[in-house]
Amino acid sequence: MVKSKKIVCRCEDITEEDIIHAIEEGFTDLESLKRYTGISTGPCQGKSCLMHVIRILGGRLKKSPDEIGITTQRPPVNPVPLYILAGDENES
Amino acid sequence: MKMKADVAVIGGGVTGLSIAYNLAKQGIEKVVVLEKRYLGAGSSGRCAGGIREQFSTEPMIKLARKSLDMYEKLSDELNFNILFRQGGYLFLAFNEDDMSEIREHVRLQNSLGVGSRIVTPEEAREIFPELNTDGMVGGAFNRRDGIAFPFPVVWGYARAGERLGVEIRKFTEVRDIIVENGSVKGVVAGEERIDCDFVVNAAGGWSKKIYEMAGLKSFNTPVKHEILATEPLKPFLEPMIVNISAGLYFNQSMRGEIIGGIGTHSEPSTDVSSSFEFVKKFAREIVRLVPKIRGVKVLRQWAGLYDMTPDAQPVLGETEIEGFIQANGFSGHGFMLAPVVGELIAKLIATGKVDPLIRPFGFNRFRDGIEPEHTVVG
Repeated sequence: MVKSKKIVCRCEDITEEDIIHAIEEGFTDLESLKRYTGISTGPCQGKSCLMHVIRILGGRLKKSPDEIGITTQRPPVNPVPLYILAGDENES
Repeated sequence: MKMKADVAVIGGGVTGLSIAYNLAKQGIEKVVVLEKRYLGAGSSGRCAGGIREQFSTEPMIKLARKSLDMYEKLSDELNFNILFRQGGYLFLAFNEDDMSEIREHVRLQNSLGVGSRIVTPEEAREIFPELNTDGMVGGAFNRRDGIAFPFPVVWGYARAGERLGVEIRKFTEVRDIIVENGSVKGVVAGEERIDCDFVVNAAGGWSKKIYEMAGLKSFNTPVKHEILATEPLKPFLEPMIVNISAGLYFNQSMRGEIIGGIGTHSEPSTDVSSSFEFVKKFAREIVRLVPKIRGVKVLRQWAGLYDMTPDAQPVLGETEIEGFIQANGFSGHGFMLAPVVGELIAKLIATGKVDPLIRPFGFNRFRDGIEPEHTVVG
């Protein structure tokens, strides 16, 4: 039997169980939880997972999403190749 | 509300937590760490994780060397995997002036037992084959230097400290320091006064504010430094690479991301906003040096503070206010020095003995002559 898993962060392959475990380990603020589990640090930068994590953390701490808050959003909005940032326009 | 502690450590970064852990280890019973945000939120968690003994002054080389010795055993000591690996630091020079400085530094390092060596551009390419050596004069390599992942170091010290009885208060801001008749009597943290005999200023980029609370004028200045992470790649880069002529540095973390930064101009302040100027400059320099990674994508950029001193070396030890102990002004080197600083500041508080390794870093030196550290990168 394969235990069913709820994947929360698809970029970093992190399950709901992983997140609950981290909360139980004491990572109870969103910024620390992000850094301990790696959620929202993959290519999507949290766009697909962060709201789920906020919901899970809020559920455990009995807090609203507003009280949990959100992590600092980092540029760029989407991943950008170095050559574009370097201004090398000949690259295809 | 009022409580009593032996030592209040201001700053829940790697320095403060290392000091707190070491105090508990030396038998100091009531140690409280006060952190305004979450642990590592200031600059510890924002750095690239580099750890090196290639410095340019004798006191810094000796201090950093001891810290590196301690990093080699730190995962075991803390019972927490800090993802430490020793891929070396490769410094590169693209002009004769920088190369002659590197030669001078290596000579001094070697005389103190550091195993750094001068490399030619060809030898640099043997260490990291993807380097574009056009215009490169040479460099220096020290195999023993390395990197660790900053957050596990922060958490490892926090947990090891808590096991020994350290109390850590997160999201608690220090608002005042109480000084009477030239001695520390306590701190005001959040809504509470904590009576204590020692207050440690380990507030990093905010250390200036803490000095002011105690009525001392500091020589420290916070300066923003930016950094970025790319998408993760298979391991291909062992050392930390530093192009000293361009102010560029980068390494590959254990997660596979390239983490790096480059110096940009910024005015003294605690602002940590990201700029497009930085990311463009970094991209230009890294693509020039390692053309193969031009297609690698930047995932995110952020910034942290270097708590700069006039000689780019830390402030460690006592001040004229009895019980007011400094561990700040690391000028970009706090993460790599945290193990040794924690041990020696704890020893100073527990025994009153100023270790020879920290003696050169006293607060009063700025009133005398100073010899600056030259290898501040990024």
